Amino acid sequence: MKLAYWMYAGPAHIGTLRVASSFKNVHAIMHAPLGDDYFNVMRSMLERERDFTPVTASIVDRHVLARGSQEKVIENITRKDKEENPDLIILTPTCTSSILQEDLQNFVNRAGLDSKSDVILADVNHYRVNELQAADRTLEQIIRFYLEKARSQSNEPLRKTEKPSANILGIFTLGFHNQHDCRELKRLLTDLGIVINQILPEGGSVTNINELPKAWFNLIPYREVGLMAANYLKNEYDMPYVAVTPMGLLDTENCIREIVDIVKSSDTSYNFDFETYIDTQTRFISQAAWFSRSIDCQNLTGKKAVVFGDATHAASITKILAREMGIRVSCSGTYCKHDADWFREQVDGFCDEVLITDDHTQVADMIARIEPAAIFGTQMERHIGKRLDIPCGVISAPVHIQNFPLGFRPFLGYEGTNQISDLVYNSFTLGMEDHLLEIFGGHDTKEVITKSLSTDSDLAWAPEALTELQRIPGFVRGKIKRNTEKFAREKNCNLITLEIMFAAKEAVGA
Amino acid sequence: MTNSKLTETLTFECETGNYHTFCPISCVAWLYQKIEDSFFLVIGTKTCGYFLQNALGVMIFAEPRYAMAELEEADISAQLNDYKELKRLCLQIKQDRNPSVIVWIGTCTTEIIKMDLEGMAPRLEAEIQTPIVVARANGLDYAFTQGEDTVLAAMVQRCPSNAPEQNQIEKKSLVLFGSLPTNVATQLNLELERCGIQVAGWLPSQRYADLPVLNQNVYVCGINPFLSRTATTLMRRRKCKLISAPFPIGPDGTRAWLEKICSVFNVAPINLIERERLIWDSLEDYITLLRGKSVFFMGDNLLEISLARFLVRCGMIVYEIGIPYLDKRFQSAELQLLEKTCSEMNVAMPRIVEKPDNYNQIQRIRELQPDLAITGMAHANPLEARGINTKWSVEFTFAQIHGFTNARDILELVTRPLRRNKALENLGWNQLVKM
Repeated sequence: MKLAYWMYAGPAHIGTLRVASSFKNVHAIMHAPLGDDYFNVMRSMLERERDFTPVTASIVDRHVLARGSQEKVIENITRKDKEENPDLIILTPTCTSSILQEDLQNFVNRAGLDSKSDVILADVNHYRVNELQAADRTLEQIIRFYLEKARSQSNEPLRKTEKPSANILGIFTLGFHNQHDCRELKRLLTDLGIVINQILPEGGSVTNINELPKAWFNLIPYREVGLMAANYLKNEYDMPYVAVTPMGLLDTENCIREIVDIVKSSDTSYNFDFETYIDTQTRFISQAAWFSRSIDCQNLTGKKAVVFGDATHAASITKILAREMGIRVSCSGTYCKHDADWFREQVDGFCDEVLITDDHTQVADMIARIEPAAIFGTQMERHIGKRLDIPCGVISAPVHIQNFPLGFRPFLGYEGTNQISDLVYNSFTLGMEDHLLEIFGGHDTKEVITKSLSTDSDLAWAPEALTELQRIPGFVRGKIKRNTEKFAREKNCNLITLEIMFAAKEAVGA
Repeated sequence: MTNSKLTETLTFECETGNYHTFCPISCVAWLYQKIEDSFFLVIGTKTCGYFLQNALGVMIFAEPRYAMAELEEADISAQLNDYKELKRLCLQIKQDRNPSVIVWIGTCTTEIIKMDLEGMAPRLEAEIQTPIVVARANGLDYAFTQGEDTVLAAMVQRCPSNAPEQNQIEKKSLVLFGSLPTNVATQLNLELERCGIQVAGWLPSQRYADLPVLNQNVYVCGINPFLSRTATTLMRRRKCKLISAPFPIGPDGTRAWLEKICSVFNVAPINLIERERLIWDSLEDYITLLRGKSVFFMGDNLLEISLARFLVRCGMIVYEIGIPYLDKRFQSAELQLLEKTCSEMNVAMPRIVEKPDNYNQIQRIRELQPDLAITGMAHANPLEARGINTKWSVEFTFAQIHGFTNARDILELVTRPLRRNKALENLGWNQLVKM
């Protein structure tokens, strides 16, 4: 048993349902007790979905438990088959119903006999994998199922498309800015003269999966979901894949170079002038390179930041901050514990320390200790930042309704670099404002903010020290107050006088 | 199934039970706030934890007084000793938070693996010297708001049976059960005081130590329709006398509730009719918007009968009342009032559908085209996109809706979609899906 207050990644069935409901005309049946079907609420509310979520709960209640659930599950599958006419019905238990240890595969086989649609059981261990791993696995399972089915029906070898083409794997519902990223990736590939063969699972159709191997290669924008499918396609169909996330100018360039290498190796006549393309995009179309050279960004040089998120986003943002903006990343971390090795290797040399944990209290402690000028993290880090008066830009799932903006806000590709620059710049105390305040000593003389994490403050402030504290600009006041109090505690002082305050400043730079 | 004819008497049906509602463990979200010195420990899986975190929007950010005891693979396969594990967590909770009571919330998983929470709690309580209350708020047996019912029923056992000063001869006293925000509880206390009745206590109380005295001299009355189990426990285990009344929701329900309590305590209510009329007068601007309009309850929080009755009194036509579970005995006074209201308002009786099937309901909504559908969160946006006005049923669970004072808040919620659409009505943006 584990005492848990919050979690970064959800349970396995959420990942399965995210993949299933991203496809067109696929229906999922959840074998679960009442109340476990909150996925429908999440999708409907967060994505502001206009359509009914194609997920039906086959409710396990006391009666079903006593009688066995076979009849009910099969009945619900055949019913949905008739009502919705889906191409595929996918059955999944939840953590709860998976411990009933029923032979769900048998249910699926039996229901498949009477259904026009295909019926499969999501093959996931609900106690060993999290939402992201389960999504990865389910996508692979569906692709494998349809490719094997196609192979058993015909031996005709698939011809590659005439023009260079790509599949994008891993864009799906409730993903962090996935829809915007997808649009940007399409634009990027089109610029390179590459045709999009298929995008899976979002908006994809399972009946077209047999055409998947026609593409020249697969693009995996996020390593959390899609990598398993890409490896399967590589092993079985000899399809190469690109798994460099095109986030930031340098990695977008790396991604393009890998794509061009693959295309050139199959088609020697492909002569797209990618060097000019990269150079023009980097220096003139995207504003990010110019931003990095601008006087504003100069003021961010050496500022301390902390990064935390899923492996893809945390690694990419760390590299962008360190390599492209000259910001010092004091700590970079991820909650994707299953991908720790890759993460460490990616951020190696770009940050002072690495934190791999799915315990948000450890992240909070780390942030409190480092006191960065800004955080780039998830909604949880944003909240931690609020309590510590440290600004936070949200760069990764877990998602919040705020991460589904109506406007176009990609994180990938060249437009993504602009968005990220804006996010970084706006997260730090504005550069020039900061500078001017330092020069002129501030103009904010509002009441001192007493909110701090240590509510059990046993320290008193002398009136003259308090007046001094109020003269300090608001955005650094909290930090100076905390540091001074820390110093006073170390020195066993109960009353903070002007002298103590100055001594603290001298000692710890508060 | 799509027979949507309205009938002359209340009809009760039961469908497949494939409907969406929240898990009963959601009750911790409001109960931990109500019982200020408590700690709620939900013993369940990642699925339960993710629900609390996400669907309810109560991100466990501030590390409040509730947490998950997350069952891992070793717990499920019984490799670990449940007692030792729970002891470890409860000691940690005691050390970090020092609550006056720890409430263990059992879930579907503890039911399925047959974890003996009731057996372990007394032993552990003796060992760690903190009271432990066990409630089985699982989705196998209960729906959404019934979670509170399981907690309150468990708390009944912990209420003292005598006041500290024992030598007084007990007169009959009144205890109200159901969790309400303190200000709403105070409003109801005052309404009863105006009639000359003192409320001796509430279950739950704001502090665990202040649980009300319960014995055979105590009359109990519920304020929410989902508390049938608590009512039964009060009668059977503590010999309390249950006052069966409609629920104090809407001015009509509030008056009926007060009148019923007054009749039991043999006091004549003062100015009650006048007070109700004044409230109705103050609601007239909202009622104008509702008169003659139709409403469809998909069913979610068991408040449906009371709300439907109030809306019929406001002049609305109720097509269907979906409800997860209906205890006809506990709700008998409310059902009678509904019937009476319908005949007085001269409208057809709504059909009452227990354990509804959401798919079938949506077909009926398409056919009936109600002016308003009160629905769970999963169906609101898709229905709106198809030109059906909706209101989230869950809002009535969390809003202050009880008593005379808050009747306006109910109508504020009910009329909001109608007012919004009135504001946008000339734009013609009613169908937002491609047909």
